[in-house]
Amino acid sequence: MSSAHDGAHTPGSPGGRTAAGATPQGNVAPHPTDTAPATTDTPSTLHDLEDLTQEVEEEAEHRPPPAGPATNLVIAALVVALGAAAAVGALALGAGTARTPGPGIWPLILGVLLVVLGVGLAATARRTSDTEQFSRSSWLVLAGLATMLVFVALIGTIGFEIPAVLLAFVWLRFLGGESWRTSAIVSIAVVVAFYLVFVAALSVPVPHLF
Amino acid sequence: MDLAPVLDGFAVVLEPTNLLYCLIGVVVGMLVGVLPGLGPAATIAILLPITIGIEPVTAIIMLAGIFYGAQYGGTITSVLLKLPGEASSVVTVFDGYAMARQGRAGTALGIAAIGSFAGGTISIVALSFLAPLVASFALDFGPPEYTALALLGILLVATVSSGSRLKAVVAACVGLLLATVGRDGFTATERFTFGNLNLADGLDFVPIAMGLFGLGEILYNLEQRHNATQAPTKVANVWPSRQDLRQSSGAIGRGSVIGFFLGILPGGGATLSSLAAYAVEKRRSKTPERFGKGAVEGVAGPETANNAAATSSFIPLLTLGIPANATMAVIFGALLVVGVTPGPQLVTEEPELFWGVVNSMYIGNILLLIMSIPLVGLFVKILRVRPAILAPITVLITLIGVYTVNNSVFDIVLVIVFGVLGYLMKKAGFDPGPLLLAFVLGALLEDGLRRSLLIFDGDATGFFTRPISGTLLVVFLVVAVYPFVASLRSRRRQEPAQDTSDPNTKELV
Repeated sequence: MSSAHDGAHTPGSPGGRTAAGATPQGNVAPHPTDTAPATTDTPSTLHDLEDLTQEVEEEAEHRPPPAGPATNLVIAALVVALGAAAAVGALALGAGTARTPGPGIWPLILGVLLVVLGVGLAATARRTSDTEQFSRSSWLVLAGLATMLVFVALIGTIGFEIPAVLLAFVWLRFLGGESWRTSAIVSIAVVVAFYLVFVAALSVPVPHLF
Repeated sequence: MDLAPVLDGFAVVLEPTNLLYCLIGVVVGMLVGVLPGLGPAATIAILLPITIGIEPVTAIIMLAGIFYGAQYGGTITSVLLKLPGEASSVVTVFDGYAMARQGRAGTALGIAAIGSFAGGTISIVALSFLAPLVASFALDFGPPEYTALALLGILLVATVSSGSRLKAVVAACVGLLLATVGRDGFTATERFTFGNLNLADGLDFVPIAMGLFGLGEILYNLEQRHNATQAPTKVANVWPSRQDLRQSSGAIGRGSVIGFFLGILPGGGATLSSLAAYAVEKRRSKTPERFGKGAVEGVAGPETANNAAATSSFIPLLTLGIPANATMAVIFGALLVVGVTPGPQLVTEEPELFWGVVNSMYIGNILLLIMSIPLVGLFVKILRVRPAILAPITVLITLIGVYTVNNSVFDIVLVIVFGVLGYLMKKAGFDPGPLLLAFVLGALLEDGLRRSLLIFDGDATGFFTRPISGTLLVVFLVVAVYPFVASLRSRRRQEPAQDTSDPNTKELV
């Protein structure tokens, strides 16, 4: 999915870590726990470290593969659209003049800047490799979001206890893959603990049913 | 220097209630900080609600505790799980995790705690002397100077943030735009509120910080699912041996100095200083081949440096009111929430608050040292709890916590919206740090710009005729333009090579 010449790079490190004016570091950095970072007495030691740092971060995060230029173009278009909307809204507020700046002048500057930056993003869309694909597990995020929306919709009317048990249960059983028994016990225990801390001990005015 | 306010500050900090809150802060900060994927900025953001409703000084002392606890929490996961909580403890992984695999995890954590304590303390002493000087210098700053300073601060943070520079600037602009929502301070016109009464007073900082850093990070982790790394069952010998201490004392000393000076710079001060400290230790060592295989100096140096840097990055915040990185932006917002406006007038007008903040750092640091070593066993147990169980608990803490700030359901909606934004930004390669920083500085920047235009009678060249604002803006232009020139030059040189560097590549400035 990534453009050809950036294929070797992983997301999060667009175009590699080669610093401005430095000599390109073609060598592959060794694995941190197996070998020591390449020992050189040149200033490039810091760059080697940066490469290693990058590796550790990636290993820790297990990031999915980068998305293609199409996604990058969509992102750029969204930035342009946001800038344009801000600029239009700012003009409606009245920009005033430089001598008597109106309420819209600052949002107008920002809106125009965003449009320019968005065009810049579009121009570099083919070379951008730090965007991630949505994967099948992105659905987990949508499900998690749904539980939160249910929570916020219900808390005003029936208090926090039942929505919180529901949220915790869904996250444990379906998003976290815990067993039915663990999920049920933990979700109820967590909400009881919250009740004791927030309502009984601290008497925080959270909407509650009991 | 007048010592009386300094000593008064100590008297305040040493009150039993304040000590207790600091203790709670350190422990809770460490507890949340060890959760995988949550760095200090996220930890402090999630814990913001617990400081609300407490006396300002007490709340600040608690925040200092949370701050140090959260920093150390990241170190614990680096050493035990190879999962750095934030960029500045990544280098700790090289030797820390290697030590853990040799069964010396306790020593690594112990030396990290001692180094953090030493670096932090040296940095606070230096800060106590330097901060009032900087503040007195900054007292003469007018709107043009603040405009230039805020612009430069945002740009520098965008420059050294992780990922693409172009995207970081986009994020900063979005943050500035979000800061304009609400009633305009000059004309009382409602801007971008869409008739919603909840937005009339502008967007609140707390739900944005909690959403972007806290919830965004949790949603992102939900998708990534960390491979279940097993934490060691038992961590023994937390007290480093005399030989370990002798080996790392030099590293701790050098780390403190490196950290203090690099930390004052805006941007990734803590990250850069931990890298620099590691590089220096390795260069100086007679046996550099031990590095990466469990050299104790490789843990002591960076851990000392990042804590020293984290402390000295309070200098621009407390004296100029300009946060130097994302974590400082969260602290800045937290100080605003408890009713303290950081800036040059803080030292002279509210000395007891200023010295309260500074001295609370000593206490936070000491409590960190005292608590971290005996509590290591407890944190190891927490690390063995599956992330799947911790995630919903963190979500509920966030959702209920944000409600308690203003007793507002609308704030829960906001935190969810910004949580989704934070997740999408992370997917699309945008660092949320610059957005939050720019949001915090947005009002200051717009205010300064419009006041300056009024002062200059509409003539924007006025910015360049004043010496300080002129200098700052020239630096701004150099930082903004240099990468394009440099990348053009390096691309020409590298044309035959495959490793073409993008104009938006992050560079080590």
